[in-house]
Parts: sequence; C-alpha cells; structure tokens
Amino acid sequence: MNSNALIPPDAQSSLIGSTDARPGAVGFLTDTTLCIGCKACEVACKQWNQLPMDNFGFTPTSYDNTRDLGATTWRHVAFVERFPNSDGAVRMPPFQSSWLMMSDICKHCVNAGCMQACPTGAIIRTEYDTVVIQQDVCNGCGYCVPACPFGVPQLSLSDHKAHKCTLCYDRVKESLEPACSKACPTDSIQFGLVDELMGRATGRVQELKERGVDGAYIYGDRAIGGTKGIGGLNAFFILTAPPEVYNLPREPELPQDKTIQAYLSSIGAAIAFGLAMVLSLCR
Amino acid sequence: MPGLGSRLGRGGATTTQQSMGDSDCIVIMGANMAENHPVGFRFVMKAKQQGATLIHIDPRFSRTSAMADIHVPLRAGSDIVFLGALVNYVINSERWNSDPFFKEYVLHYTNAATIINREFRDTEDLGGIFSGYVPGEGRYATDTWQYAGQEIDPGMAQHPVQDVQAREGGAATGTPQAARLDPTLQDPFCVFQLVKRHFARYTPEMVERSCGVPRDLFLHVAEEILKNSGRERTTSFAYAVAWTQHTVGTQMISCCALLQLLLGNIGRPGGGILALRGHATIQGSTDIPTLYNLLPGYITMPTSTPQHASLGAYLETESLPTGLWYYLPNYLISLLKAWYGDAATEENDYCYDLLPKVGGDYSFEAMLLMMKDGIMKGLFCMGQNPAVGGQNAVLARQALANLDWLVVRDIHEIETAAYWCDAPEVRNGEVSPQDIKTEIFFLPAALTPEKDGSYTNTQRLVQYHDKAVEPPGDCRSEAWFMYHLGNRLKQLYADDDSPRGCQLRALTWEYPTEGDTEDPDLDVVVKEINGYTVADRRPVQDYNSLKDDGTTASGCWIYSGIMPEDGNNLSRNRRGSEGAALEWGFAWPRNVRLLYNRASADPSGKPWSERKAWIWWDPAEGRWTGHDVPDFPATKPPDYQPPEGAKGLPAHPGDAPFVRMADGRGALFSAASLKDGPLPTHYEPFETPVDNALYPEQPQNPAAITFPRPDNQYHEVNDPRFPYVITTYRLTEHHTAGGMSRWVPWLAELQPEGFVEISPELAAEHRINNGDWVTISTLRGETNAKALVTRRIKPLRVDGRTVHQVGMPWHYGFGGLAKGGIANDLSSLIEDPNSRIHEAKSFTCNIRKGRATANGEQETR
Repeated sequence: MNSNALIPPDAQSSLIGSTDARPGAVGFLTDTTLCIGCKACEVACKQWNQLPMDNFGFTPTSYDNTRDLGATTWRHVAFVERFPNSDGAVRMPPFQSSWLMMSDICKHCVNAGCMQACPTGAIIRTEYDTVVIQQDVCNGCGYCVPACPFGVPQLSLSDHKAHKCTLCYDRVKESLEPACSKACPTDSIQFGLVDELMGRATGRVQELKERGVDGAYIYGDRAIGGTKGIGGLNAFFILTAPPEVYNLPREPELPQDKTIQAYLSSIGAAIAFGLAMVLSLCR
Repeated sequence: MPGLGSRLGRGGATTTQQSMGDSDCIVIMGANMAENHPVGFRFVMKAKQQGATLIHIDPRFSRTSAMADIHVPLRAGSDIVFLGALVNYVINSERWNSDPFFKEYVLHYTNAATIINREFRDTEDLGGIFSGYVPGEGRYATDTWQYAGQEIDPGMAQHPVQDVQAREGGAATGTPQAARLDPTLQDPFCVFQLVKRHFARYTPEMVERSCGVPRDLFLHVAEEILKNSGRERTTSFAYAVAWTQHTVGTQMISCCALLQLLLGNIGRPGGGILALRGHATIQGSTDIPTLYNLLPGYITMPTSTPQHASLGAYLETESLPTGLWYYLPNYLISLLKAWYGDAATEENDYCYDLLPKVGGDYSFEAMLLMMKDGIMKGLFCMGQNPAVGGQNAVLARQALANLDWLVVRDIHEIETAAYWCDAPEVRNGEVSPQDIKTEIFFLPAALTPEKDGSYTNTQRLVQYHDKAVEPPGDCRSEAWFMYHLGNRLKQLYADDDSPRGCQLRALTWEYPTEGDTEDPDLDVVVKEINGYTVADRRPVQDYNSLKDDGTTASGCWIYSGIMPEDGNNLSRNRRGSEGAALEWGFAWPRNVRLLYNRASADPSGKPWSERKAWIWWDPAEGRWTGHDVPDFPATKPPDYQPPEGAKGLPAHPGDAPFVRMADGRGALFSAASLKDGPLPTHYEPFETPVDNALYPEQPQNPAAITFPRPDNQYHEVNDPRFPYVITTYRLTEHHTAGGMSRWVPWLAELQPEGFVEISPELAAEHRINNGDWVTISTLRGETNAKALVTRRIKPLRVDGRTVHQVGMPWHYGFGGLAKGGIANDLSSLIEDPNSRIHEAKSFTCNIRKGRATANGEQETR
C-alpha cells in the first residue's frame, strides 16, 4: 500500500508530524504496531477508575467484545482481521499485518468539540492541556455527545451525566503515569509530553517505512486526524491501514465550524420561505 | 520436563525472557506467547525492534502470529516432522558443514562422537519402532540404547513397574571415560551418524505432505534459523504446553533441544530454549513438586521395587558415578533431615523407610479413574478445577461424584465445588443431586496480595511477594491451611503406631506463626528449603555445602543459596539492570540465569564472539568470570582433563558444559532417560485423520499410556465419524479453568462466552454462520459453543486431501459470569509416557450446526 494514498489531497506535507498542542501538553502515543491486543489497558482503566462491566455479551467480531468507547469504557481495543482470500505471501510485512489491533481512547483534541459545545462549563481544559468533564458541574444535557467527531463522550444510564477518559487526571496530578500506559506490556501505549511523543512517533514511522511497513503514518497530527481547526490530537496513534479501517474519520472537523454556514443557510431558507409565502398570498 | 532434562540435564528453561531481547531470530512453536505470556513478550518485541526475525509456527493465526514476520500454519500434532526436517536440513546444509563453529561446538559439547551399543536398531530398521520394544506391554527395554561398553542394570532397563521415572540426565551406569568415542564422526554407530540416518526421511517434501506446510515456506524458515545461528548470531526457541500436551510431547521438546544443540545455541545469550510455564508457579510446582513421581529438586520418588527397597539400594541405583548426580546422597539425606529432623539417624537410614513408595500410576488422570472406580475416597482440590480442566471432564465429574468427601479451596465457588447442583448433566436431568453422595467442603482462599509467598517463574526465577492486605473473613493462605492441617493430623495420629502414624509423627512441623490468623512464618520455610547445618542451624551457602552424613538439612537442594544467611532472602531482591540482572530475585541453581553457560565460551574458554560474550575463563585469576554466575565449577580450567577413576564433577573435563549429564555433554542421542526412544520420532496424535506418512506401519506412539474403557473411548485413525482435528487453547483474557477470571467482571466481559473457531470453508460446508450455535462431539462427550468464523484458521492440504482444524478455548464452564461449553468434555484420558501429560492439543471431533436446548429443541442462534 502506498502511504501517500492516505494523505488527503489537500493535506500539506508540512502538517505531517505537527501539532498545535500547547507547551507542556501531555498525551498518549498509541503505537498500534506494538499492540498485542492483550486489553490490559482496558482492564487497568476500569480498575483505576472503578468503572463497571458493561455491554456484556459475545459479538462474533474477532476478539472484540467491547465494541465501542462509552460512558463506562474509556479504552477500547479494536480488532480488525484483514486476510486475503487466497494464501498470502510467504513473508508477511513486519509488525501487525493481517490482524490489526488498536487501543482507542478519547483524543484530548487540541481544540475540543465537546468542550465548545458544553453549555455549563463542565468540560474544561486542565493544566496538562487534557480535556476533562467535571462531574459535579455536568447537567447531563448531552450536547457534547454529537459535538465529538470521534463519538467519545457518552451519557451514562445510571447517573445521566456525560463520561469519558480523564487521562487519569488524578494520577498525573500525583506524578503517576495513567493506568493504561502503565499496564501496557509492550509499550504500545506511551505517555508523555506531546512534543516529545510526536518526535518519537515521527522517528518510529520513518523506521517502520525503512523496515518495509509502507503504510505507517501518524493519525492525530494536523495532516490526518487532527485536521480542520482541531489542531492535532493530544492522544494520537501510529496506524498502518487507512483510518476508516479502524473506524476513525480521515478528516474530522468540529461541528461548530459549520454553525455560521448553518445559520446562514437557515436564514436564507427562512427568507426564501417567507418570500414564497408572501408571493403566494399576493396572488 | 523430561524433554529438556533428557538432552541437557535439567528440566528447566535454559534461558530467560530478557535474554530473548538479544536474539537474532526467535521461533515460537507450541506456544502462543503474546496471548499467554504478554508481559514477557515485551522482550520479544524488543528483539524485533532491533531487527530480529520472529517466526510463529502454529495451527492457528493468533495474536502472536499477528506480530510475526513469518507465520507457519501447520497441522496440529505434526511438529516432529517439521523439527526433524529442520535437523535434517541443518546437518546437510553447506553452511553447517563449512563453518567450523558448528563442528567445534557439537564435537566438544554434545555426545555426537560417542559410540552406541552396536545392538541398537533404529526406527528406520524396524518400521517405526526402536530395538527393545516389548510387545503387549507397550514399553521399551533400554539396554540396547546404551553407550557402547556400558551396561545398564537389567532391572532398571526392564522395569516391571511401567511408571518408574528414569531420572533426567541419563540412567546409564559406568563412567564417561569408559565411553568409546569417534571424533571423526564417521563410525556408523556414533551418535552423529545415527542422528543423520534417523532424520534422513524428514525432508521438505515430507513436511509438505504431513504438516500441510508448503515446501518453500519450510525452506524459508530453515534458512532464517540457520542464518541466525553461529559464532556471531543466536536463535532462541520458545514453547509451552502446546508441545507438552501430546502423546509425543516430550519428544517434540527433546527434538528442539537436539536441534538447538546442533546449531550451537544452548548456553548462549539470545539462544537456548525458553519453556514458557509462567502460569503462577508451574515451574515451582515441579521444582518442589506436586508431582507424584518426584521429590524436591527432581530427585526420583522411591518406588516399591527391590532397587529402592532401602536407602543404600536406592542410592546405588539412582546415583551416577559422574556429574552432579554423583552427589545425590548429599541431596537426599539432607532432604530427609529437613523433613524428619532428629528422628532421621544414620541407624534408621534417615527415615528413608517412611517415604511413600510409588507402586503404580498416580498421575492426575489415573487418579480420576481411581476416584470413579471407588479406590480413592477423598480429594483435596486447591488451585485446580477438574470439573472443567480435567481431561474427559464428563468422566472427571463422575469421578468427583463418587468421592466420599471433597475439599475445595478457592477464591470463587468454582465448578468443582458446584458440579453437584449445576453441571450440564444435572441441569438436563440425567443426574440428580440426591444421588451424589459426596460431602463437599468449600473453603475460601486468600488472593495473592493477601498472603506472603513466592512465584517461581518460567525462567526458574524465584520472586518473593509480601502480603499487602489482610484476607477478608475466613479466607486463608495455602501455607496457613497446610500448616494447620498438618498440626491437626499430627494430633490425630499422636498415639497411632501404624506406618501412617509413624510417618506423621516423625515429620518436623515446628514453624513459628505470626498475627491473629497464625500464619506460619515463611522465612523459616525458605530457610528450610535453602538448607542449614543441623548443629548450629546456620544457612548453607549453596548445595555444594550439603553432606550425606546427616549434619546438613535442605528441603530442596536446587534452591540452596536462596537464603545464604539468616534473614537475607535473595528472592526479595529487586535491583534491576541490563544483562543478567543478578540482583533481581533468585534463580536456581545458584542464581545462574543462563543454564549451561560454559557453552557461551569456546572450548579454550574464550567467548565465541564479542557480540555473544557471556562468561569466559580468566587465566590471570584462574577462574570463570563474566556477566552471569558460571554454571560450571568456578576454577576448573578449560583444558582440565579428569584423572583416571575420578568421580562426580572432577570426572568431567574442562569443556563439558552439561554438569548434570553423566558425561557432561548435551545428548543428541539420549541413552536411557526417555521411555519412547533415544531419538525423536514422528508418531501421529492418538486420534488423527491421516496415516503416519513417515512410518505407515506405526501410526501412534507405541509407548503412549492409554486407558481404553467404555467411559473413555478413542477414535480410530481416520475415523469417518470424527473427521476434524481439534485443538484447545487459552486466551489472554482468561486464566486456565477460569477460577481466577470468569468470575471477575472486568475480565469476564472481555471474552464473555465460549466459542469455537472454524474456517470459512468448513463453516460453509455445514452452513454455519458467524455467531451460530455449534455442537462439537467426540466419543467422550458433546458440548456446544458459538461459532467464530475466521480466516485465522485455515484448511490444510495434507497428503493430497483437505484437513480441517477447529480450535476451542478450554476456559469455559457452567459457573461464573463468563460461561460456555466445557471443551474438556471432548478430550480423553491418554498420556505421554514420559511426562504423563494428556493430549489436548490434537485430537479429532465432529461438528454440526445448532445445539439442543434444555427442553430438547434445536436452536441455532
């Protein structure tokens, strides 16, 4: 697969590996090429944050019985089986080829749609440049739910408030790394300063390409995943297949950016409708 | 692990997980390391990031395969064909014959030059069996397998008790000096020529025919392994129970050891064989064994035979004149002193007579039959869930139901405690709880953080852990239970003069206790294991300090050195570092990390290469030095030659790295310690859809232990009623029979229900859709699971026909949150003759769409 095929035609190469993250921002680099799908991140997250079992049931979808991120699931390891119909080559491309595993999480966007949509100020940007929902302020209006281009925050059916990953604010505050990255046995999930992680990711992608993984790229820089005013994702990824394969949008955008356009078209429609009515009454 | 023990001397991983990070090529076969040892897999990933090639050879494409450079799907149970073909390829390759490294390693460090008894006949000559086979008894007399010029006690060679375990490291008598050698390796009866001839029919074409692996793929793997072995580069192998659980499992492992010896990979960084055990303390449970046929430290359990009738007779039979086993009297008598204390005197043979003597097969499978047949009346079940995990679990539950009493200690009310009311046969009305006479005691157990203790992990590394919180309510540690049970039994038998009473009374059982719960002080137990001098109770330094005169005591000689001074428990150490990390925990023996590391240096004592230096001879200091503790007498020079008549370790020359072997050499040909042949030979799984392409006259292992009876029937070879190969396995998300995971919500939700993995091709034949119910059947039983239709399972072309394989995790049962059909309801009681382990990784079955509901109707979704 040609890596260039992944980059949207209007993406500037100068955006690759760049982010608008504020100085001192912390985040995750989730390198899927090192992920063995053990789900230790999911368990560590639920244990630390004391989240209940949810969505219990067998989905005959590879080894993914978690299905999706949700109010009580803040890490989700997706499994994608991609086998050719006929027998493949003798030698497989190194690092995850036929069975993709990807530990998904809240992206802690540099410009976060959920935060912009929140009418109560419950969703805040912390001193670590992470995005956290304050549970004592959230009134459960749910505006954040459709405002997220990745479908991350969800309303809980038990307390009717919105919930999502806090990037272990309580741990980071105590100089501990988040539970998921702490538990990751292969260092597929790495925690640190976004600037440093982005540099590491750029190097890793280069190394992967040299080793024959042509499709490797960063998802969450300003070129792919952190596009259109989002300005980058503080929790970003190294992927080896097109974003859609992982159920991620290639060019996410903030719904709010469409509001002026939407207002204008509503006003236009109202005027047109009014004119039409006036005209019809004139007859 | 007799597979490694027979060829290398010790039944333990020769390497460490950390050392795999230094490998240039890693072959994982018979294991699913990423899923079942995910934490150790970080070192595989480290090697990979440094450019190592990762090869996964496995019937299924698993999470390990996803990370591999090469995945080889092979037919379950055909591993020896593949490994044998690697042996054949290697010794006939140009590289192996032209690079002097290989010849030098093999000539000095293995028994390649040794001449074998000229009466020996190979499987090549006798249509798939070795000389010495006793038809009708299903066993071998091993006298023709001996080194030429050496004789074996005929009593041991033709042991009347089928179960007597020949000791690892060889049981031959005579001295290595007496062995005849041919350093030119040309004599037709020298080990090298026998090996060469034996494996000649293991060709790439045979791999294609029998394993279903395309010839080119095999050659690609062989080339990678060969290319990454030698002076500058090393290849490591990792295996787990997917090799062990076959009727030829021990020989699969021994074949790997043979190959690694030929490639010069044993005893070197980034090389070796990693026996992945790791689940809690499986290694520990064979070191200080829960096995019926071993005493602590791999000392043979005495048997009810004339050879073991007295301590003198036992020691004469079991000690070897040369190598580490020469010192067996030191180890055994120190063990008896640790167990029987002052009661053990020279006059009474140190209470040797009090040791139970093995008179038959008391392995777990045989125990199940004894329970079902009413011979065994009671069972303590701790850390095990036989109602789910027992082979032929239908029979296992019938066996439990025939006990008078059953004690289950666990953290959840597992199936073994609840079978009487909740098992499928009870639910569907076949069995009524009123008809089960067993009185069941369920006792709550403490979790790991609720007790002191240790794990011995996959690489022989003992790591101590302290109690973090008190266990709730009546939950107690195993140590607490055994200690207090022992005290009560001693009270009960205080006035009993029967042999049983004498045994219990003589046992030392004085451990100080701590806390309100009166838990025994485990530091005292660790000290007893380590060993001490009886007079002043000071800890001994290591097993070299143990004596055979009753002045020392040691609970497990190989662990000696774990507490070299009072209060200094080395297994508590947690100082990490690169390299051998000698200050992290304690590894047996004597904190050695890479076993047989004398082989990391050339015969003259210099590292084979700078890149692969590990230990070496320092001529100025006159001792072995380097990164690791030498697994060799520290001051024995490389050019040392034993004097005539030397005994013990001084009888080994300075270039003999395998200290537990009688001749100090790795055994390409294993003279006496394996029961089914001195060389690995491919036999089909006991249940197989295909003929044995290599030895058509001999489909199955002629020495396999079988239990044919109406409640444990086997399928014929190529039985049309059961056309598919089935293999059982584990998932990351669950732990063994589920007691520690299926009741835990965070784990249960990740794999919430039992399933069976089938290929799209087989699913199409049966019109099974992804997610449909499927019923899987054998002559032992029937179970059901949801279909997971996946391309990760591939039909294979074997001998011109299509062979379908299905895979089923064996974690599930009827209890807990995550439930499912019991895979072991399908498997049978059958054993490898060496390890007494069953064959759950390859047997045959049939499948059909749908399942019967409790009221007898069929449902598919």
